[in-house]
This record gives sequence, structure tokens and C-alpha cells, in this order.
Amino acid sequence: MKTVIQGGRIIDPANGVDGVYDLLIEDGKITGMEQSLPVIDDARVIDAQGKLLTPGLVDMHVHLREPGREDKETIETGCAAAAAGGVTSLACMPNTVPVNDNKSVTEFILHRAREINLVNVYPIGAISKGLKGEELSEMAELCEAGVCAYSDDGRPVMNSLLMRRALEYVRLFGLPLISHCEDLNLCADGVVNEGYVSMVTGLRGIPCAAEEVMVSRDILLARMTRSPVHIAHVSTAGSVALIRQAKREGIPVTAEATPHHFSLTEELVLSFNTNTKVNPPLRSQSDKEALIEGLSDGTIDVIASDHAPHTLAEKEQEYDLAPFGMVGLETLLSVSLTNLYHSKKLNLPTLVAKMTSHPARILKIPGGTLSLGCPADICIIDLEKNFTVDASRFYSKGRNTSFHGQELTGAPIMTLRAGKIVFPQEPHKGPQGETFATTTSEHGQL
Amino acid sequence: MFKRKNLLGIQELQKEEICFILDTAESFKEVLTRPIKKVPTLRGKTVINLFHEPSTRTRISFEIAGKMLSADTINISPSTSSLTKGESLKDMAKTLEAMNPDIIVIRHSMPGAPHLLAQEAKFSVINAGDGAHEHPTQALLDLLTIREHKGEIEGLQVAIVGDILHSRVARSDIFGLLKLGAKVRLVGPPTLIPPFVERLGVTVEHNLEQGIKGCDVIMLLRIQLERQNKLFFPSIREYSKLYGLTLDKLAKARPSQDVIIMHPGPINRGVEIDPQVADAPFSLILDQVTNGLAVRMALLYLILGGDES
Repeated sequence: MKTVIQGGRIIDPANGVDGVYDLLIEDGKITGMEQSLPVIDDARVIDAQGKLLTPGLVDMHVHLREPGREDKETIETGCAAAAAGGVTSLACMPNTVPVNDNKSVTEFILHRAREINLVNVYPIGAISKGLKGEELSEMAELCEAGVCAYSDDGRPVMNSLLMRRALEYVRLFGLPLISHCEDLNLCADGVVNEGYVSMVTGLRGIPCAAEEVMVSRDILLARMTRSPVHIAHVSTAGSVALIRQAKREGIPVTAEATPHHFSLTEELVLSFNTNTKVNPPLRSQSDKEALIEGLSDGTIDVIASDHAPHTLAEKEQEYDLAPFGMVGLETLLSVSLTNLYHSKKLNLPTLVAKMTSHPARILKIPGGTLSLGCPADICIIDLEKNFTVDASRFYSKGRNTSFHGQELTGAPIMTLRAGKIVFPQEPHKGPQGETFATTTSEHGQL
Repeated sequence: MFKRKNLLGIQELQKEEICFILDTAESFKEVLTRPIKKVPTLRGKTVINLFHEPSTRTRISFEIAGKMLSADTINISPSTSSLTKGESLKDMAKTLEAMNPDIIVIRHSMPGAPHLLAQEAKFSVINAGDGAHEHPTQALLDLLTIREHKGEIEGLQVAIVGDILHSRVARSDIFGLLKLGAKVRLVGPPTLIPPFVERLGVTVEHNLEQGIKGCDVIMLLRIQLERQNKLFFPSIREYSKLYGLTLDKLAKARPSQDVIIMHPGPINRGVEIDPQVADAPFSLILDQVTNGLAVRMALLYLILGGDES
């Protein structure tokens, strides 16, 4: 089975590629990239003229909710949402029920993901047993079972000694530690950013310092242990400055930001709409600008969604009671293109790297590149497509997004994983049951 | 003029609307002096008091206000409501809506709860206090009380003393006072002053004497006794020493000669207010309660579209 994707602008940051090429896919792998490939008789042809081709996106921060909270999301709906968002590899956080702090849960997730066979799923194991922050999970067993990293995401590792030991211990496996930076004492049951909006609404505030003291701590521990630490969902200007300085000093720290943190501000909370409730909270305009600055100067390596689906009933509660989180897989690319590329803050290769090669490098997973011989995980993008976000049409079970109703520009229009089209999901199947689109079929014209 | 379906907060009101409510309330005060304190204005209307948090004065005030206007008032309290059975506020709203009430008055411990209740609701919603957010009827009765005694609110120096951080009364009072042109100072320990509050256009003072010097109005806030375990201040004793208002401190601070003292109640005698201050002739604590009734009658009347007659 051969496929040729013709005439698209290919950006492959890992190989420094940015130009118009034909791409040849054989047996699910990339086998050729030429300015003009000769006609191959039995090949399926996808016309991508005027479109952008990138490696399939890698979203290193996703909550799939299964096992345990299948009412919020399942591995199947989460994977479908990923594919629709141009994501071909995702890393899923361990705060499931039960927690992914043991081999059985890791194996279950991998098994389900293989059955569903839409995108690559990389489970993240818990740092501490039960995410309790008290003792280390059995990290070696988790590693063997196939986790790609460790994190207690959703909760901080408040005990600094435990964090130190975790950083030291993971050197056994060479897997990264992902830190959710939040000092729970300073946070003091806060639900929104501490600032003008918390003052006016009377909602309890989470000060920027609640994040920054933990970012500082983790940087110091990374310096001491020489083990890399990845800071999840950076939300404040202060954190950006700390990470920038740490990188200058050569401390092994990497960081990610979410589209909602670099696109939205706390002002939205004035409506008391619980879809604005996320952790860390939406911050101020100046924090948002600092995140964009950090993305642009390389301080922030990765854009990740922190896709956190919840049910409507959970979100239709008092602000204090509603759970934290926003879905993001299906808006990850569009929000980033709109607010970073179209607004001229980031060039395309830089932006694409933050959603492909950088997260793949941090997690040490395959993918995130279009190198010859690699699996043909590809995202085809219409940079100029204008559309209005309609959460009711998400593949995800979660509808909780503050981007609902927003006009965005730029969207994934086709996603291939190992050479197979996983989005759009085919309205009719080919003779072998595979999905296909050719220049002659109605779906061939992208 | 007042044409709103709901009263969720003072922040959203225009100055003219506030004045109109106060004028209406003033005219209702006359009813309170009649031998038979009942007018048929809201006959056939239903007012539900949904109090999801303990309250005496506000709930009773709304209940009496409704009854004086001949509305049917029903009280729902946390211990007797289905909210204790795990029913969500949204579902409760739908249930109540099916019974066609005209107004739901809600008190809730969480900011924004009245807004949630009002979403897509057919009935009107009056916020009777939502967490640390707003308590608009308290602010209106405070404004009415000040206006009665001072004639004009514009230009007055008003000090609000105490736990501003957790106070819905403070927020609503600040919004209302500023809209009507008063100058507002907040007085309290730094731990109980919300960060960024200066952005509203108030000044902050941590020393009580400095804070009330030259003031026309001193509004004291109830100090919630459970706060002392949450690291906001070392002890009630120390708080009282620093911020408890006594005749002594009042004399030293030299506020305006005809200063008035207000407190939303319930008061902690000897904590934030000395008994001698609470019972002094320039203390208007009980006037506030009476005016609360008038303000709530006015609001029920205005929101239920009372005709201009």
C-alpha cells in the first residue's frame, strides 16, 4: 500500500525542513520526500496543494479519564478527539480511578489504545502511590509496563524530599518527571487567580507565588540532582522568568504552556462560567503576554492541551464546586495558530516544533518527525480555514471549553497515523476496509 | 427607574437605579408606621426565600417585607431542603420553577450561586448574599441609612473597618458608595484586605485611628471568629486590641463631629465593637435593620413590576 501526498508545504522541525514536497508513504512508513515524485501506478494520491503538512502532533498532557471516569471521557473518545485535533501521539496523566501507579493500569490503557488503534497512547505513571505524595510508586515496574514519564499531575508533590528522591530514582530509567507546580498551602482552596477578579467576585484567589515557589523548588532540585524536570502548564510571568534563568544556567528544565493560558485571561471569570475554572487558573493579561514571550524565546518548549474533560452536570454547579479543567485536544492547534501564528507572535516552524519534535524529544518517544523510515504520522492543516468552535460537535465527551463560540483561523483537516487516515473518520470504507481519499473521490480535495 | 428582572449585585447597577430604589424604599417606610402594616400590592405573588446558609435578619426581613406587601412567602432552609439530599442547585431551580414562583431570594455560601440560579430562569432572583461576593440589599439599606442621616452621600468620608477580604457586605458597600460619590477607606490588618482592592478607587489604611480620622461614617464589619485559626490574625484578643472600636479610640481619632457608626450585624460585643459604641446615640445599627425592611419591600415591589401609582 503506497500513498503519495502531493504538493503540500512540509514543515518538519526535527530535520529543519520547510518547503513544498511530495511525500511517499509505504507500509505505514515515510519512505520518500522529493520536490516531485514520479507517478506511481498503484498509489493512493492525496492532493495537499496549498496545505501545510507537519508531523502528527504530540500532546504530552492529556487526561483520558479511563479507567474509572468513563462518564467524562474514554480512551476511545479521547483518541478520536486527538485524531480530530491533528494529534497522533498523546501522553495521558495517571489520575484515573484507580490511579496509574501500577502495571495493571498501565497495561490496561495500552491494551485499550491498541484495540482502538487510532493514535499512539503513552501512559504516564504516578510519581507517588495513589498520588498521595507520601511514598514513591513502583517506578521500575511502571517503566517495564511501558510508561513514558512520571507525574502526580492534578496534585503537587508537596514533600520536597520525596521530589528529590523521585528525581534521583528516575535516573534508573532515563524517563522524565513532569511536575505540577502548586503549593497547596499558598493555594488555600483557591479557585481563581488572585487578582482583580478574585477581589471583585469574592472567589478565593490562587496567588502566582503558589506556582512560582514550586517552580523554584523544582529548579533547585533539578540543579542538585542533575535530573531533568519538566514543568507542566506554566501560567505565570514569574515562572517564565525563573525557567528562563534556570535554562541560562544550564539546569535541565523544560516547560509547557497550554493554549488557554496563553490565549485567555481571568476577566472571563467575571461571568461565573465554570468552564473558565482551570488549574492553574487563568491569569492576568501580563502573565499571558509573558507566556507568549516565553514561547517565542524558547523558554517554553512545548504547547500541550491539558485536555481535562468533565461532565456537564459537574460543571453546572456553583463555581466553588465545579471541578477544574477544560478540554483542549480539538482546539489545541487552532487556538495556537490563531493566537500565535496569525497574530505574528511565532513563526510556523517554531510553533510546529512545540507540538511535535520538542515533546517527542522530552518524552523520548518516536514520532514528532517526518524522517525517512519513521511511521507516517502526519497532520494536514488548512492554515486559513475560518470556523467557529462548536463544542457540541466535539469527538470528546467533554464540552467544557471557554473557546466555544470563538472564531478561529487554521485547523487540521486530515490526520494520518502510520499512513492510515484517522481523521476525518471515513463516511465509507475502501475495499480493504481502510479509509482512503483520492484526488478523484469527493474527499480527495482538501 | 428600575427595569431589571434580577438583583444580583450592586456592581451592575447605575447610580440612577440605586437612587430610585432608595426613593422607593423611603416611601415604603411610611407603611411601617401604620397600625395595620399590610398593603395589597403583591397579592397573589409568590416569594421563595432559599437560604442555603444560616441567616436570621436577612431572611426574616425578606419574609416580613413580602408579607407586608401581601405576597405569599415561603422559606426553604438548608436543613429542610433537598440540597442536603445531593440535589444540585440547577435541579432545585428547575423544580422550583415548575411551581411558578415570582421571585427567589437566595442566600448561598458560594460566590456566583445567584447567577447560576438566574440562568435561563423564568422567575426573578434577588441575591441575599453569595459568599464573599455581594450582598446588594445590605448595601442598599446602608446607603438609605446614610442618606437619611447625612442628606447627601456625595463627598462623604466613609471608613469600612474589619475583615474586608471575606466580606460580601464590604464589596457591595464599596461599589454603592463609590457610585454615589463617597470617598471610601478600608481599614484592617493587611491579611484581611484583599490584594488589588485599591484598583476600585478606595484607599487602604492599616491603623484604626488613622483610618477613621475625619470620617463621617464608620462601618464596622463582623469579625468571623473562625478566621483566627486560618492564620489571618493571631487571636481575637489581639484583633480587638487593634481594631475593636471603643469610645476611647473614637475620641482620639477625632472623626467628624456628627460621625455615625454602622454595623451589618450580628455584632460581637466587645470584639469589633465596644458595647458603649454599639449602644451610643450615634450608632445606627437598629435603624439599619428597619431600613432593611423598607429596601426589601421596595425591591420586591419594583422587580415584580409594581405600577407607578
